[in-house]
Amino acid sequence: MQPFIEMNKLNLYYGEFHALKDVSVQIPERAITAFIGPSGCGKSTLLRTLNRMNDRIPGARVEGRVAIGGIDIYSGEVHVESLRKKIGMVFQQPNPFPKSIYDNVAFGPKQHGIRGKKKLDELVEQSLRSAVLWDEVKDDLRRPALSLSGGQQQRLCIARALAVEPDILLMDEATSALDPISTFKIEELTHELKDRYTIVMVTHNMQQAARVSQQTVFFLNGEVIEHDATRQLFANPVDSRTQDYISGRFG
Amino acid sequence: MSVKKPAHPTLAYSFGKRRGASVLLDRLFTGLVWGTGIIVILFIVGLLFLLLEKGLPQLSWNFLYGLPSEIEEGGGIGPALFNSFYVLIISLIVSIPIGIAAGIYLAEFAPNNKLIEVVRICVEGLSSVPSIIFGLFGIALFVEFFEIGLTILGAAISLAFLNLPVLTRVTEESIRAVPVELRNASFALGSTHLQTIRRVLLPVAMNGIMTGICLTAGRAFGESAVIILTAGVSTSGEMWDFNLLSPGGTLAVHLWYVQSEAIVPDAQEIAQKTTAVLIIVALLINIVFRVPLWLNERKNKA
Amino acid sequence: MIDMNPSTNSKAPAELGQSFGKTSGSKFDRKARLRWSNQLFRMICIGSALFVCLVLLCILVLMLRTGVLTFSNVSLTEFFFSTNWDPENEHYGALTFILGTLALTSLTMLISIPISVIIAVFLAEMTPKWLRNLLRPVLDLLVGIPSVVYGFLGLTLLIPWLRNLSGHDLADGLLAASIVLTIMVLPTISRISDDAISAVPNKYRDAAYALGANRFQTVFRVVLPAARSGIMYAVILGMARAIGETMAVVMVIGNTAQLPNSLFTPTAVLTSNIVMQISSVEFDSTWNYGLYMMGFILLAISLLMIVAVRILQKKGGRYS
Repeated sequence: MQPFIEMNKLNLYYGEFHALKDVSVQIPERAITAFIGPSGCGKSTLLRTLNRMNDRIPGARVEGRVAIGGIDIYSGEVHVESLRKKIGMVFQQPNPFPKSIYDNVAFGPKQHGIRGKKKLDELVEQSLRSAVLWDEVKDDLRRPALSLSGGQQQRLCIARALAVEPDILLMDEATSALDPISTFKIEELTHELKDRYTIVMVTHNMQQAARVSQQTVFFLNGEVIEHDATRQLFANPVDSRTQDYISGRFG
Repeated sequence: MSVKKPAHPTLAYSFGKRRGASVLLDRLFTGLVWGTGIIVILFIVGLLFLLLEKGLPQLSWNFLYGLPSEIEEGGGIGPALFNSFYVLIISLIVSIPIGIAAGIYLAEFAPNNKLIEVVRICVEGLSSVPSIIFGLFGIALFVEFFEIGLTILGAAISLAFLNLPVLTRVTEESIRAVPVELRNASFALGSTHLQTIRRVLLPVAMNGIMTGICLTAGRAFGESAVIILTAGVSTSGEMWDFNLLSPGGTLAVHLWYVQSEAIVPDAQEIAQKTTAVLIIVALLINIVFRVPLWLNERKNKA
Repeated sequence: MIDMNPSTNSKAPAELGQSFGKTSGSKFDRKARLRWSNQLFRMICIGSALFVCLVLLCILVLMLRTGVLTFSNVSLTEFFFSTNWDPENEHYGALTFILGTLALTSLTMLISIPISVIIAVFLAEMTPKWLRNLLRPVLDLLVGIPSVVYGFLGLTLLIPWLRNLSGHDLADGLLAASIVLTIMVLPTISRISDDAISAVPNKYRDAAYALGANRFQTVFRVVLPAARSGIMYAVILGMARAIGETMAVVMVIGNTAQLPNSLFTPTAVLTSNIVMQISSVEFDSTWNYGLYMMGFILLAISLLMIVAVRILQKKGGRYS
């Protein structure tokens, strides 16, 4: 498979703290890649370097190369807002804006200069359908988004991310705050989305990684320990630390 | 997986500049906010420095301590400065116990019924009443009803009314902020409600209450409308006049009086020096009480 | 906190023992005394709370009762709709002052709201940490400067500048007063708005930035709308302060009972007129009653604003 996202000798520092050490990972397009590992191992940090959300943290410093579609995203020509338009992100806590459902989904397109009610209406419907939320909310799109349940809010956040028509979807422990039924719905959803989007997800839950991803990367203390096809990694881990982690001996 | 996927738009991928307008707007906005923020704050602080610069170098002990003069040059502000603190202290003595007790009631005893809602609305309402209304109230009460004229006592009590709602609210909020576990721990040890309030809640809430008292004191020190109406613009002209029924012009009032009505030849100078004293005392009241709080905040954050 | 614990601990067993010994006479006395002091303390607290209510009630009744006496000699229409305030000749039209207060407050808010919100955004969203830690205390200290000092500042620094700039002989008037008031309310509005903006959870900012919004878009479309009720609260507080401010206004507004035809014409507002005239009138005169009526109008306006704040807080509670 041709790598879509390529990280080469990536190092990240928060001030003195060395959070990512010589990370080199290649992520294929139109598949789900899962990052697993114990808390604080750097997997979320790595996710946030992909859409440069770490830029907002004072003292964060990146060395090495991260390329998406062959372009180094930390080079001077890259415009960070345009980059983020191509990369949707879903966070651990559902974070819809305190606005209506419609305004949440239309927020991104409006930022990027899409005007015209008809165009926006279409985009909103299409995004909500993609996020399998349309049937539940179509009767009243003017409802405040915060009146939805947690699982619905998270799917709304996915719809909001899809509305800017990204190529990549980053999911930062997107189901960890949800109940099992909502989690299941989101996992199903990612399964449908992977034919159209390159999905990178961080998860705490190894069963989840095994269930939904095609590729799995195991991190420990800011280093990549093992990267393989998911089935392979869970069935026959090469490194003993991976073995220990997936069999629940630590983390 | 059998479906053939269309090729990803990997080639000719670019994250180039967006439409110029929104980028320009962002730059403009950043510049505007930085510019306004720095210029306005510098402007206000600069104006105060100008006032200090005019007044400070002329200050002397004689001025701070001296008696005011109606006709000749060289008058001081002794009695006015004394009255400022005297009125302030009496007003605090009157308002602190009542304000704290009312705050305790709202935080601890009040059942959640209609009455409590009324009390709370009254406290909020009273805190929004313009200070000059307290002055008018003071005139009606002390000058008209009790017929004691313009006095330190009248001013201090009117000022106490002004302070009351602030103290009540601050006390209530500080006590409510005490963690429930502490409260439960005290009750579990068999303390009565009164003991819990006195030994646990008040000491923990003291920090917040002290801030409230400091804010109140600062405000009361600089208050002039209430004092002009209830204590008049003049002093008894003597130093250390503890008589509650003397006229009670304070320093803030003195500044206004000197500036607008006095006929002494050096009125301008006196006004400048008085301003400097007012600014410094107000800053001192605020700083002295707040420094421990700031340090605390730093410590908690670190 | 920690040094208190020993005393609580040492007392507790004693009280426990005492409750076991209910039959013992002297112990019973102590228990009764405790209960009695509890009751007394409770009564004191209730009394104090009621006292606060009583003060407000007295103020309301007194202002209204005294103010209404105006209308035994002056018609309602004259008082509210005439601009002729000439008590020596029995003319009691208060419209000039009412309009003056409204105009001054509006002008002040017009200048101070945009600037304050910008400063709040500056403090909450843009400044590096060290600058924020420096500026926040400075603004807090500015709130504590006495209002006469701001009035004096207007009188001795601003008015001469305005005179030069505008070419008027007298620059006392609405503009000078609103600049002074702006300087006074600006720290209040911007600090409370700053707190409101800082309280907007970071997850909203993350979401907006992740969608490719720039800072301008994030602040205006997400952060400020989310902090809306807090900012409104700040504005109302600032407005209440501007309406009720007396001495700073007296020193720069010119104190002339006339409708101004420009921003540089001396005029008067409710507060300034009350404080300038109250000490020279008899208590039992229509003149005095008129001044109390003006006070009542001020009181009514400020109480209405509290109602507005309460409604806002109820509304704002939905999001938080």
